[in-house]
Amino acid sequence: MAERDDTRSAPGESLTRFGTLVSKELLRFWKVAHQTVGAPILTALLFLLVFSHAFGERVTVFRDVPYAAFLVPGLVMMGVLQNAFANSSSSIIQSKITGNIVFMLLPPISYAEFFWAYVLASVIRGLVVGAGVLAVTAWFVQLQFEAPLWAFAFALLGSALLGALGLVAGIWAEKFDQLAAFQNFLIMPLTFLSGVFYSIHSLPPFWQALSRFNPFFYMIDGFRYGFFGVSDVAPAASLAILAVSFVLVAMATLRLLRSGYRLRG
Amino acid sequence: MPMTAAIELRDVEKRYGALRALEGVSLEIAEGEFFGLLGPNGAGKTTLISIVAGLVRANAGTVRVMGADVVREYRRARRMLGVVPQELVFDPFFTVRETLRIQSGYFGLRANDAWIDEVMHHLDLDAKADANMRALSGGMKRRVLVAQALVHRPPVIVLDEPTAGVDVELRQGLWQFVRRLNREGHTIVLTTHYLEEAELHCNRIAMLKAGRIVALDSTRNLLETFSGLQLRVRLAREGLPARFPADVLAQDGPLYTLRLRDTRALEDVLLSLREAGIDIVELELQPPDLEEVFLRLMARHG
Repeated sequence: MAERDDTRSAPGESLTRFGTLVSKELLRFWKVAHQTVGAPILTALLFLLVFSHAFGERVTVFRDVPYAAFLVPGLVMMGVLQNAFANSSSSIIQSKITGNIVFMLLPPISYAEFFWAYVLASVIRGLVVGAGVLAVTAWFVQLQFEAPLWAFAFALLGSALLGALGLVAGIWAEKFDQLAAFQNFLIMPLTFLSGVFYSIHSLPPFWQALSRFNPFFYMIDGFRYGFFGVSDVAPAASLAILAVSFVLVAMATLRLLRSGYRLRG
Repeated sequence: MPMTAAIELRDVEKRYGALRALEGVSLEIAEGEFFGLLGPNGAGKTTLISIVAGLVRANAGTVRVMGADVVREYRRARRMLGVVPQELVFDPFFTVRETLRIQSGYFGLRANDAWIDEVMHHLDLDAKADANMRALSGGMKRRVLVAQALVHRPPVIVLDEPTAGVDVELRQGLWQFVRRLNREGHTIVLTTHYLEEAELHCNRIAMLKAGRIVALDSTRNLLETFSGLQLRVRLAREGLPARFPADVLAQDGPLYTLRLRDTRALEDVLLSLREAGIDIVELELQPPDLEEVFLRLMARHG
């Protein structure tokens, strides 16, 4: 039997609960920022140095755009997405395994408060890492910003989607290796095959067609539009696909939370 | 108007696959009681508490806390309830004060520092306020768990094995504090393995076995009904008169342990021995004991 939300509480109380959850989640990753922010920035920088050195002279993706400049938005978005996922998923599984999730299950926290708090914290972690990657790579590459608001919209929605997916993965997984499997066999391949390192126009037709079933492709492609004003798919269409995906995942996650699946025995 | 029960369970059932953890448990705990929930491991105590706290969902039956259904009105029910879990769980990222502020926030409370300070003071945690949770001893972590359960001043407090693995000094401090809360009107529900603690503190007790309540009464009635008095006598010689008016619990040569229903039965025993010409060397009367009640009940429903 699902719990119903029929005892409303004062909006101030609800805001306090939500704000507390968000700040707890932010403190959690900020206290180990070298690991949660520093490490992914370093990884992105290594990708940039190695790939641009290896391919820089030989590969052109968009006309007039050097490979290193093409690569940067992809690496930024990869950092945003992977860290948004990591934030919610690792927080939930740690709480489940150490047992301190009980502190969130005992109070009158609603499912919506819980969901949005974890998603918002994931978005913030994703954006902080993304901004860090951008700031560091800007030292090495001349960047242009044709439509920064589009880029921001894609980063926001993409990290929200990955934050919600991280919540699902964290709730589902009962051990750290199950979560690692989710990350290594689903999130990693989807991000790597989404066009972070190439434009799908360089792929054979079959793989081009397949890429269009990868939601990550639309995130990277749309985000890159914000930099170069050029994309494989119209940015509005990509953003719409992303928005629909987020709504579907959010609804599924809220249902999962309400059912008590793997949280309330 | 009937008083609202602090906790009310009606026909609560819980199954884990083929295992029936609770089989139709009904129970009412009145406001202000100090209630003990006893039973061997696996009897269903923690399952029952978890259902009351909303951590586990029952397969059938209803549970209310201060009149609020724990499923349909979960927020109201959870505001009324403070739970001290059995496991020593903590969040290693935070200090004691941070932990308590966060827990207050989860209950929608801001600016709760005055009460947090008071709770920390009563639990002797002041000196550790800014220590990280990881740095605390087991006993100190237990105190923080108690403090966390109290941040929202719940009228009903559930303690699941609160003194397991806790040193004597802390145990006494903890009981003093819990008794004070009870005197101030909080309902206390306690599960414990230490029967002397239940006997000392609880005014009413339920005994659980294999998912069923096998006894539910005031502590005094349970003791009188199931335990009676124990009489240890050393006789001048071995052997009791025929048609002896008491049960023999144990015998070691001329040393007998007898069960008496009440003090009047003592006279019958003495009379019977005198009439048979058996002299008494030594005599000791022992008061009723909850452990005895527990063992007898568990054996009877085995």
